[in-house]
Amino acid sequence: MGMDFSSLRTLISRYCAGEENCVDTRTVYIGHKEPPPGAEAFIQQRFPDNRIVSSKYTFWNFIPKNMFEQFRRVANFYFLIIFLVQLIIDTPTSPVTSGLPLFFVIIVTAIKQGYEDWLRHKADKAVNQCLVQVVQHGKLSRKHSRKLTVGDVVYVKEDESFPCDLILLSSSRDDGTCYVTTASLDGESSHKTYHAVQDTKAYKTEEEVNCIHATIDCEQPQPDLYKFRGNINIYMGNEPVSRSLASQNLLLRGATLKNTEYIYGVAIYTGMETKMALNYQSKSQKRSAVEKSMNAYLVVYLCILISKAVINTALKYVWQADPNRDEPWYNEKTESERQRHVLIRAFTDFLAFMVLFNYIIPVSMYVTVEMQKFLGSYFIMWDDEMFDEELGERAVVNTSDLNEELGQVEYVFTDKTGTLTENNMEFIECCVDGNVYVPHIICNGQVMPGAAGIDMIDTSPGPEAREREELFFRALCLCHTVQVKEEETVDGIKHGIHQGKSSSFYISSSPDEVALVEGMKRLGFTYLRLKEGQMEILNREDEIERFELLEVLTFDSVRRRMSVIVRSSTGELYLFCKGADSSIFPRVVSGKVEQIKARVERNAVEGLRTLCVAYRRLSPEQYEQVCHLLTRAKLEFQDQDKLVAEAYDLIERDLILLGATAVEDRLQEKAADTIESLHKAGMKVWVLTGDKMETAAATCYASKLFRRSTQILELTTKRTEEQSLHDVLFELSRTVLRHYGSMTCDASSGLSSEYIDYGLIIDGATLSAVMRPSQEDSNSGNYKEIFLEICRNCSAVLCCRMAPLQKAQIVKMIKSSKEHPITLAVGDGANDVSMILEAHVGIGIMGKEGRQAVRNSDYAIPKFKHLKKMLLVHGHYYYIRISELVQYFFYKNVCFIFPQFLYQFFCGFSQQPLYDTAYLTLYNISFTSLPILLYSLMEQHINIDILKKEPTLYRDIAKNSLLTWPIFIYWTVLGVYDAIVMFFGVYFLFDNTTFTSNGQMFGNWTFGTLVFTVLVFTVTFKLVLDTHYWTWINHFVIWGSLVFFVVFSLLWGGIIWPFLNYQRMYYVFMQMLSSGPAWLSIILLITASLLPDVVKKVFWRALWPTNTERIQSADKLYKGQLSEFTPLAALHPPPRTGDHQRGSGTQRNPRRSETPNKKIMFTRWQRAPDYRTFTPLLRFTDGSRHPRPGNAYNGAGPETSV
Amino acid sequence: MGKTKDKSGPLARRPDNSAFKQQRLPAWSPVLTANTVLPFFYLLAVISMLLGVWLLLLVQSTQEIKLDYTDLGNCNECFDLRRNVSNAAQTCSCRVEFSIDKTFKGDVFFYYGLKNFHQNLRRYMDSRDDGQTVGWIKKLKNPSTYCEPFAKDEDGVPIAPCGAVANSMFNDSFTLTYHSSSGRRVPVPLLRKGLTWYTDKNVKFRNPRTDNLTLAQVFEGTRQPLYWQRPVYSLDPHDPNNNGFINEDLIVWMREAAFPNFKKLYGILNRADANFEKGLPRGNYSIDISYNFPVQHFLPIAYLVTSSLILLMAVVLTVAWWKFGKDGKNMKE
Repeated sequence: MGMDFSSLRTLISRYCAGEENCVDTRTVYIGHKEPPPGAEAFIQQRFPDNRIVSSKYTFWNFIPKNMFEQFRRVANFYFLIIFLVQLIIDTPTSPVTSGLPLFFVIIVTAIKQGYEDWLRHKADKAVNQCLVQVVQHGKLSRKHSRKLTVGDVVYVKEDESFPCDLILLSSSRDDGTCYVTTASLDGESSHKTYHAVQDTKAYKTEEEVNCIHATIDCEQPQPDLYKFRGNINIYMGNEPVSRSLASQNLLLRGATLKNTEYIYGVAIYTGMETKMALNYQSKSQKRSAVEKSMNAYLVVYLCILISKAVINTALKYVWQADPNRDEPWYNEKTESERQRHVLIRAFTDFLAFMVLFNYIIPVSMYVTVEMQKFLGSYFIMWDDEMFDEELGERAVVNTSDLNEELGQVEYVFTDKTGTLTENNMEFIECCVDGNVYVPHIICNGQVMPGAAGIDMIDTSPGPEAREREELFFRALCLCHTVQVKEEETVDGIKHGIHQGKSSSFYISSSPDEVALVEGMKRLGFTYLRLKEGQMEILNREDEIERFELLEVLTFDSVRRRMSVIVRSSTGELYLFCKGADSSIFPRVVSGKVEQIKARVERNAVEGLRTLCVAYRRLSPEQYEQVCHLLTRAKLEFQDQDKLVAEAYDLIERDLILLGATAVEDRLQEKAADTIESLHKAGMKVWVLTGDKMETAAATCYASKLFRRSTQILELTTKRTEEQSLHDVLFELSRTVLRHYGSMTCDASSGLSSEYIDYGLIIDGATLSAVMRPSQEDSNSGNYKEIFLEICRNCSAVLCCRMAPLQKAQIVKMIKSSKEHPITLAVGDGANDVSMILEAHVGIGIMGKEGRQAVRNSDYAIPKFKHLKKMLLVHGHYYYIRISELVQYFFYKNVCFIFPQFLYQFFCGFSQQPLYDTAYLTLYNISFTSLPILLYSLMEQHINIDILKKEPTLYRDIAKNSLLTWPIFIYWTVLGVYDAIVMFFGVYFLFDNTTFTSNGQMFGNWTFGTLVFTVLVFTVTFKLVLDTHYWTWINHFVIWGSLVFFVVFSLLWGGIIWPFLNYQRMYYVFMQMLSSGPAWLSIILLITASLLPDVVKKVFWRALWPTNTERIQSADKLYKGQLSEFTPLAALHPPPRTGDHQRGSGTQRNPRRSETPNKKIMFTRWQRAPDYRTFTPLLRFTDGSRHPRPGNAYNGAGPETSV
Repeated sequence: MGKTKDKSGPLARRPDNSAFKQQRLPAWSPVLTANTVLPFFYLLAVISMLLGVWLLLLVQSTQEIKLDYTDLGNCNECFDLRRNVSNAAQTCSCRVEFSIDKTFKGDVFFYYGLKNFHQNLRRYMDSRDDGQTVGWIKKLKNPSTYCEPFAKDEDGVPIAPCGAVANSMFNDSFTLTYHSSSGRRVPVPLLRKGLTWYTDKNVKFRNPRTDNLTLAQVFEGTRQPLYWQRPVYSLDPHDPNNNGFINEDLIVWMREAAFPNFKKLYGILNRADANFEKGLPRGNYSIDISYNFPVQHFLPIAYLVTSSLILLMAVVLTVAWWKFGKDGKNMKE
């Protein structure tokens, strides 16, 4: 299918292209001026106006469209059908009984959606009405933003955001640049530089701009924020000039102008064609496990419903075989009824029974669940403990559909950089030709060779070395895309930086770069600014050195390096290149490679992020060549990226290695504690990172993912080079399984403390080999299975050198393994987006790497440590709450409908409803709905603090344990039991007892009302028994809803309702209450209904308490002070069969004795408690936000395994 | 878009630190343990026991006699006659004799009962027009379609009261006679009032407003239900105020019974009469009424059963608690 579609699409696009080139380019006439005759035919293309429409509905189509959307949901459709059936055939209950709840549900949902859409309309309107300044006839005039059209020349002032996608024509700055922050687009708060078109940058007033006579040819809009190709043709001199345009000329809608007084730009994409608008995307719907079980239960109940209807229909016709019963003398049929065919009658009877029992499928359950999720998610947003003061951010809920899934997580996939670590880089040291420099040992501006440098070869740098050292420092000062944030006047900058005052600071999208430049400052070389193409550096002697910046070979994640070409004041040309060791070393021709390599490895083991710096001196001819290569590549319209990459590859070679730097990325606060808690809660934590193995492993040890006692299994390129993948896999699985087998023996002989936990390290290249679908030999298909088997027995897995897509692949693989575990992915960067989208629950960290992850996540939290509360507290609560909600809903509807089913046996299967219409209608939407909704918002079976303190409690609810079939059956049986008690209790009472002292009798409506009263009270008291957290709100709602029922019944029976054609309920409730036996029986039946559940609860708690129940009892004993006591571990139950820790091999005693470790990877532990990390990844400004490297395939690089 | 919003400090987005929002409202957390439940169970058992005993005593003091007169005495002739609906207009009377061994003390109620009469068939139940019986004049001659096929007769004359329920109204009448030991036959006075709920008699069932017209004139243009022998305005020949829709027998009948076997109040012994001041004396009676249900005392027995169940549970729980109570003690330590 996919193939067919894509081929169809290419066919269509080819066809279009052939016709009029409609898909490829658009021509924009700046200021709507026609090109000079002869240049080109003037074809005015049609473009949309600049109206942004994010709303889904308009005023007119809201009702039909919203109704359509709502009735696409199966449940709503089902109730609609029931409603229609009621309208069409002669049914036992009035259409109101199902129409009103359905109407209620639809209206509530419509109001919610309408409100959301109204907010969007309002936002749209604010945006569309906002005034922008446009150059018209040489003058600035104001226009509503929505009236902007393609070709308008727009004037934007500082701190304003761009109203549409603009090509920068000129700016207030002389060099034609402007600074822009794209924070609202991708979350990068850094200032990016954009460049005006060379030929127009001199036009700085509206009159001058008005004179510009040019056209722009550019591609049709596409959603990629960082790609743009175009051409501008300027007809101002004699010759038309053509220049290429790239993304650095394109100012995107939504970005904000900074540090630039004003700019002029021409609109090229407007309205819904702007890149921002094209990036509005609706995410695929994720469904939670609870929802799946809910649907399963629904199917069961649907089957029950249908079988009930079928049974009753069949019985009806058996019973009616006697004509006296079919049509007794007192109940003659009408003529038309007699003539109806028996099959039609049977079918209508079947439908009527369906209608009668349809309430067993709770109509309001969906809306209650939706409201519970929607309202419940506010508690996550309101949580003060998940507020980060530093960032000023709190948790964000993007989808409330998955609240309870947070309580079901079995696998946690986490990114490393920015997630486990701070992504707050600090320059630690640099190494030039083996000499180590550590900034904090600087004394009086004198650099001291690092005293700790064990590997130092040359301790007394000679003049030559000194020269290389300075070159190294200069290289780092020049080879970057850091900007200086100007807070004061131009003079102040230099002053500020020089004095180390905070009046100005460096900004870059890559924290590594800032760390490096700041580190250089501390080592004596201060980068001042980029001015008119000149980079200014303040050297150790307080002299300003100027370098002309000729070319920037920007960073990308494939090359993993960047370069600059500069010309010094003496006219020498240099190419400085910095990048990951693996991408620099192969391109180095000389330099002290061995020493530097050793240092880099040492640093990597310590968890530092290392970078290598190299340079190359260019002769003017070589530079010419470089320029030629680059301009040719950049002028190319098609395949530009590829050509540029090739050009870069040619330029960045024959380098001379200068040295290496080490930057530290600190672990996030409480990361280790969080991981430990997740482990204890029975989750398996996997770290997926693009980093190299050593760095990542160090982080894993520091964050307690691996312990000293963890036996590390390696599945890396290095090993698979020695042995075949096949052998390695089988060996590992043997190791794991042998141990697993022996452990089960141990467990029986009581030696389970001997348990060893395994940690697995795998790299991207090996992973792709494992995942590769079987080609030549059939064996390879098993690799995945074996690999999964190994993973299942490892408590922690580290995947390093992962490409973003591989991250998603891993998540998908685990997700689809045979246990179908619930996965959670947490990450902060654009490279984590794919895995965040793939996992059951995606969590974004509001890190330094932009907002992409946050925008695509289901939940966003400021820091990794907040994951603990998110899962252990909120997830746990929501799971408990919603599972009770679901079970209770089915239970109360069984109680509700089963008596009605029983009644059919007494009323000749005539579909006579037991309850009055009002009761049928309101049972689910008002008498019993609020208490459970409130329960599902407020319930706390265990105190928050205890939940945080005791992660093992999370295991009590693992594997959807509260929504298993046995529990569901228990609830259903309880419901049936209650229904039988209620029905037959009242039945015998009616059969025998004279209700009143004056001898008067009660009719069937009193019977129904009596059953209903018992029902409402029983069902509410059942919730009372289950509620463990009684705030005043609970009291208010529970007792209030009972009072409401009584008041309603009094009112409903108290009046002759003029608009009804029956008055069957008149005074029924009051007459009932005036009878003593009725009171006695109500009390008796409620007691009898609740008794088994209470007894069951008490017995189970006394005999087989769960962890939760133990903690509850203990908490009770300590009167809520439990959280301040520590010896909770003592409360753990002895292992018993059929317990919640069933069968999993992950049950570990954290305080076990350390077992000898056969394969300790790292022998040098210098700063054991906080292991530092690094990533040999560079991220540079220029707005490139490419996903992180796909380097998994150059696996055989120079990285080492210790 | 416009200008980016000014944020008032980094803490602008800080959530409120209220107890509700932080889910830390003060709360009472009851736990259902043996300790809390057991005393309650015992108490409940005792209360139920007492209630049960009390109710049993109460029930014991009431007496009941039931007679199935379907084919008792000479009633079988009538029974055969009634088998055919078309004979509805013909009268038939019969006599049943019975005796009471023990004086019925206090209030005595006379019920009639029917077996296997499904007053709870859906179509039957719906076949009535409460608007008509509540006295809305508009509805009187224009009965609801729910009454079909008992809304209008073949000539299109509206029926009042319409519908299957009214149509099938129980119209046996009974006179109870006491054969005193002296051989004197004393008619037992039966009150035919107060058989219905006060609200039914006074609000739910009203005759259409008369405006100086007689009841018969009001009902002009309607006809009696097909099976009836008398029109609705002359149901009670003795008491003109008991005619029309407010006839008590009609109201009693119109309160449909919940089950196919049911009894309905027919009359109350008028204890104002000197002979029956203390109730119904023992002796021989003749009557064509009453109807047999097995005597069960559901409520007291139910209470006693529940009570013993609770007691049983409580005892078992106590045993279990003693035996496994060590868990609880462990927690205390």
